[in-house]
Amino acid sequence: MKFRILLITLLIAAFLLSLISGKVWIAPALWLSDSAEGWIMAELRLPRAILGALIGGALGLSGAVLQGYLRNPLADPTVVGVSASAALGGVIAISFGATALPFGLFGCAMAGAASSMALLALMANRAGGTLGFILGGVVLSTLAGSLTALIISIAPNPFASSEIISWLMGALTDRGSDDVIHALPFIVIGGALLISTGRALDTLTLGEAVAQSMGVDLRSLQWRIVAGVGLCVGASVAVSGVVGFVGLIVPHVIRSFVGEQPSKILIPSAIGGAILTLVADSLVRLTPGAGEVRLGIAMTALGAPFFLAILMKQRGKVA
Amino acid sequence: MLRADTIDLTLSGRSVLCGVSVACAPGKVTVILGPNGAGKSSLLACLSGGRAVNAGVVSLDGKPLTAITGKDRARRIGLLPQSGDVHWDIEARDLVALGRFAHQGRGGLSATDNAAIDAAMHATDTAQFATRNVLRLSGGERARVLLARVLAGEPVWLLTDEPLANLDPGHQIDMLDVLSAQAKRGTGVIAVLHDLTQAARIADHIILMRRGAIFASGTPAQVLTRETLGEVYGVACVVETGADGVIMVRVTGRT
Repeated sequence: MKFRILLITLLIAAFLLSLISGKVWIAPALWLSDSAEGWIMAELRLPRAILGALIGGALGLSGAVLQGYLRNPLADPTVVGVSASAALGGVIAISFGATALPFGLFGCAMAGAASSMALLALMANRAGGTLGFILGGVVLSTLAGSLTALIISIAPNPFASSEIISWLMGALTDRGSDDVIHALPFIVIGGALLISTGRALDTLTLGEAVAQSMGVDLRSLQWRIVAGVGLCVGASVAVSGVVGFVGLIVPHVIRSFVGEQPSKILIPSAIGGAILTLVADSLVRLTPGAGEVRLGIAMTALGAPFFLAILMKQRGKVA
Repeated sequence: MLRADTIDLTLSGRSVLCGVSVACAPGKVTVILGPNGAGKSSLLACLSGGRAVNAGVVSLDGKPLTAITGKDRARRIGLLPQSGDVHWDIEARDLVALGRFAHQGRGGLSATDNAAIDAAMHATDTAQFATRNVLRLSGGERARVLLARVLAGEPVWLLTDEPLANLDPGHQIDMLDVLSAQAKRGTGVIAVLHDLTQAARIADHIILMRRGAIFASGTPAQVLTRETLGEVYGVACVVETGADGVIMVRVTGRT
């Protein structure tokens, strides 16, 4: 309970930090005013903060559900191929000029995520169980990655390939309320599906045979997870490019506070993902100079050492 | 009654069970014996509804298992498998609470759920581990917690695959005592065992399997004879009746 209050307090603080971060300082008195500063607040910073919280929450929750489902603390949305497939969809949209259409980039990225998740579900059903799921995911991830590389290599001009590479690195720069409106329904529906899996994930602690004997419908569980992760991660990648590490790290950090029971880490992981993304996205804006460090890069640069530190600490505990 | 009527099971093109019929009674302990690969675990999996049979029918109180929903079946049949895999290091009471999955509504554990969990932990003498993390318990302690998980679901049928594996003699006796106590309360217990003497000690009825079929079926005294065991296991043995009337089997060598 105390931990939940702490998380929510941190989330509010991170949200405010995101609102005040930027190249110009805007006094709180001007936030709602009818001025250039008020416009920056309403049209740029507020949507950006909402998006940061949304995609961070979606990624944290997806990671927590996948780790619970696969009973593997190394699982995350990038491992099962959904990030790479959504990215492939986005890259196709950019390189064939579909970005000019309304929903062009967003729709292509969602289609990429959806088709990979459908393929994954089919493969997992054939091969049976979670091992098929993870192997299928790794294959899809690699395949989508190489198709993306192919498209970059045949890009018509250097500007196109530079635009693609920059988008792939993940960022929330210049996103607006349109992006919030596109992503919100998908993330809300996907998130609800994922949260509904909590108790079934708990039973998987004892293995698939026991979960099945306890009345868990494993096929329906897998579909809910595939659809939920597809919607959450697809929408996230569609608006922000690939932001790695959130889905991997956040559930680990949460576990050290609330224990390892899968259902107990779902909502805290969503909040934790939102906090991490908001803070990282604030930091990239505070870097000196005209440009910004890309969020995906910043996240990985911050996340990798942090993750290693956690691993070292855990190994110390076991030994 | 939990019955299998002339069931066949084929796994990856190999016939695992062939024309097997068993009828298990509530309030009794039925023990399934047989050499490795005889199909004991497969039979248990079919009886628990974990595997669909290729021919024949498994029925619970006259109704085919396939016509019963997963949750309804789970409320009546509890399965304790051989592998005691626990993938996350959760607290013992939280693990036992998983046994209420098929009973629970939305919104956490009810008073009934909590009472069932406490009773199961009391019956298995695990209440003192309630807040300990399961992966830090000893093998014997963890086996009891896993048994408590099944009991918490208050199943009418308790199916267990080699519940004595990896337990020391003291813990083996504890486990058998809990299973007998459950049977006395009216639960139908079906256990796959390897130890012939332990089987004789606990069983009301023994099913002896060989190569996917039933070789012999009856009371311990009817099934556990020198001739039958010699033929099924290929071993020479001495079968004695102890002072307490329990049959003891001492295997002396290969035939």
